[in-house]
Amino acid sequence: MGKLKLIIQREFIAKVRNKSFIIMTFLSPLIMVAMGALVFFLMKKNDQKIKEIAYVDNSGLFSKEDFKDTKTLHYKDFTSLGIEATKEKVEKGDFFGALVIPKNDSLAILASSIEFYSKDSPGISIINSLENKIETKLRNVQLNYFGIDIDKINASRIRSDIKMFNFSGEESSKLINGLKIGVGAITGYLLMMFVIIYGTSVMRSVIEEKTSRIIEIIVSSVKPFQLMLGKIIGNATAGLLQFFIWGIIIFIITTVLSSFFGVDVVEMQTSTISAQQLEAAKQITGANKLQLVIQEILRLPILKLFLLFIFYFLGGYMLYSSLFAAVGAAVDNETDTQQFMLPIMLPLILAVYVGFATVISDPHGPISVAFSYIPLTSPIVMLMRVPFGVSWYELAISMTLLIITFVFMVWLAAKIYRVGILMYGKKPTYKDLYKWLKYKG
Amino acid sequence: MKNVLEINNVTKNYGDFRALNNVSIHIPKGSVYGLLGPNGAGKTSLIRIINQITMADSGTVFLDGELLAPKHTADIGYMPEERGLYKSMKVGEQALYLAQLKGLSKSEAKKRLNYWFEKFDIMAWWNKKIEELSKGMAQKVQFIVTVMHNPKLLIFDEPFSGFDPINAQIIAKEILQLRDEGATIIFSTHRMESVEEMCDEIALIDKSNKILDGTLNAIKNEFRTNTFQIGVQTENPKELEAILKENFEVFPSDFKLLGNEFTTNIKLGATTTANDLLSLLASKGQVQHFVELIPSANDIFIQAVHKNQ
Repeated sequence: MGKLKLIIQREFIAKVRNKSFIIMTFLSPLIMVAMGALVFFLMKKNDQKIKEIAYVDNSGLFSKEDFKDTKTLHYKDFTSLGIEATKEKVEKGDFFGALVIPKNDSLAILASSIEFYSKDSPGISIINSLENKIETKLRNVQLNYFGIDIDKINASRIRSDIKMFNFSGEESSKLINGLKIGVGAITGYLLMMFVIIYGTSVMRSVIEEKTSRIIEIIVSSVKPFQLMLGKIIGNATAGLLQFFIWGIIIFIITTVLSSFFGVDVVEMQTSTISAQQLEAAKQITGANKLQLVIQEILRLPILKLFLLFIFYFLGGYMLYSSLFAAVGAAVDNETDTQQFMLPIMLPLILAVYVGFATVISDPHGPISVAFSYIPLTSPIVMLMRVPFGVSWYELAISMTLLIITFVFMVWLAAKIYRVGILMYGKKPTYKDLYKWLKYKG
Repeated sequence: MKNVLEINNVTKNYGDFRALNNVSIHIPKGSVYGLLGPNGAGKTSLIRIINQITMADSGTVFLDGELLAPKHTADIGYMPEERGLYKSMKVGEQALYLAQLKGLSKSEAKKRLNYWFEKFDIMAWWNKKIEELSKGMAQKVQFIVTVMHNPKLLIFDEPFSGFDPINAQIIAKEILQLRDEGATIIFSTHRMESVEEMCDEIALIDKSNKILDGTLNAIKNEFRTNTFQIGVQTENPKELEAILKENFEVFPSDFKLLGNEFTTNIKLGATTTANDLLSLLASKGQVQHFVELIPSANDIFIQAVHKNQ
């Protein structure tokens, strides 16, 4: 085992000393935070720009009351100026747009003949807000016409908010569901990225040993299997180190930022976890709601998620990186790998798609469950399901299957690896690989 | 003499292709053993079996009387024909790593490396990356990592390729010194002049079979054709040629002597001796040149491989 340790050490050091590793480890959290800050800043800037909209109301139904200014939209009544003159003003750039409400006796026809003119096409939110205003007003006019008291209608509106529970005692709500989707999607996607990044790094390292021809010297001292395993473990250790460093960096950055801006650390955490959460938090504005979000996030099984992420990263990585190693051994240079890469990437991509398509709509549906058992996809799909609460027996099945499969896969890949590393020249076909499996010793 | 390596009836197949067919080779301790053969004959397959990179399908290999086992990798040093080191790793670090893989402790490995680096005067390279070295420099490092763990058995595949004549000579000297210190050397090469210079015994492998083995002298004796190259100063070369043709098999020879001597090659029959020929020649003129044509390793190689077609 001493030799395996030596190999792991060398692979780890070779990986960690690599410039791209250092850059990726120390720069990417900074870049991520910077990007986040930039997006936040731009969003603010974007919101801060006030758009002025002129309206020409020939129907006489609307009043100043109906066009109240908001933070980003200001309305001006130009009915007296007439349609053409107003449009001209917009064209000159005095206003962002002109809303033209014609006169018509039928409310239904009126509703569909309102026009909006602008130089730049308006965002969907502007149109939505305009349509909302018009619909509300016209509905009220209609209700009035039917002799119905609007106040009574408003008073009769009751909002229902179903609180959701599962039997492991986790309370859910629509808000936390959103959070769960966000957290699941991000961890699943991250896992795929990591498996691919570290898998290809193993593959490159195998190809490097092959092309530099040192492989023959190494395998005259150690068994090919030891070398392959050492390589896989060494790279995984580097990956774990990277997670660890990121954790520390994110912690430091958030602490520094929060003390700098005087924001509560916990509050900051909500923004680093997912954009969807931000969205969710924004929809129900108000300090109380934000408190709620924080509470909900803290209620997520963070430690469990973290441990499972590590487990599924290691499991998925072992499974795939052994395949990557076999591919690296089979070819002489990186350009020849493409043919073999596709079948490896396919299940990974499938897992992410299935995850996004099925887990989000029904985390415990048959498809989601099946794919969270199948070892090639389970690391990603299961991680996406975990925030929604997965029972221990399901996790046990999925984990056991994953372990069995990666042991089998490492064994299988080692057979190809062992032969491949000493083969040069012609790019092998799948038939060749099958033949190699049957070679003795 | 005790054998350090005994290869008995080794057969190796790759799928349908038989790379080695029932090959047996015994290598005496302290010898320089030439493993010869054309490209694709099976030499590399055999070397890989000795190094336990692959395993024989059948047959046995004994190292120093013990059945070959994983622990023996520490007793063998192997320099493959296609040299290789980690290009972006530093020379010293890399050598330490490879030495430790061969079972040396870190401190012991350092000590040995210091010895070799000083011997070759390359201490300054310790912190250089291999990719910064010239090919010849890298070869020296390669040689050191092959021998630094003092193996009982050293296997060199084309050891001189890539070395300039001066460095090749240094390496040859080192190899012979290692032999004198008790190591056994297996030499796989195409360069027959180095076989003549260095090898005590050889084995010739062709088309997966061993077709010849033994001490170089014995093999040469076996391949001896009893042919002599002669040069005689005579008044009447035509007459001499006629007499010779009557009594012996005569082959034209194109070698040049200093004067206008009559020259030719003569193969003796089973009943005549060299002395008979010499006295005949002496009676006809002044014998200037009389040499037995002993087959070179090169001739033997070509002949044996041709015979095996």
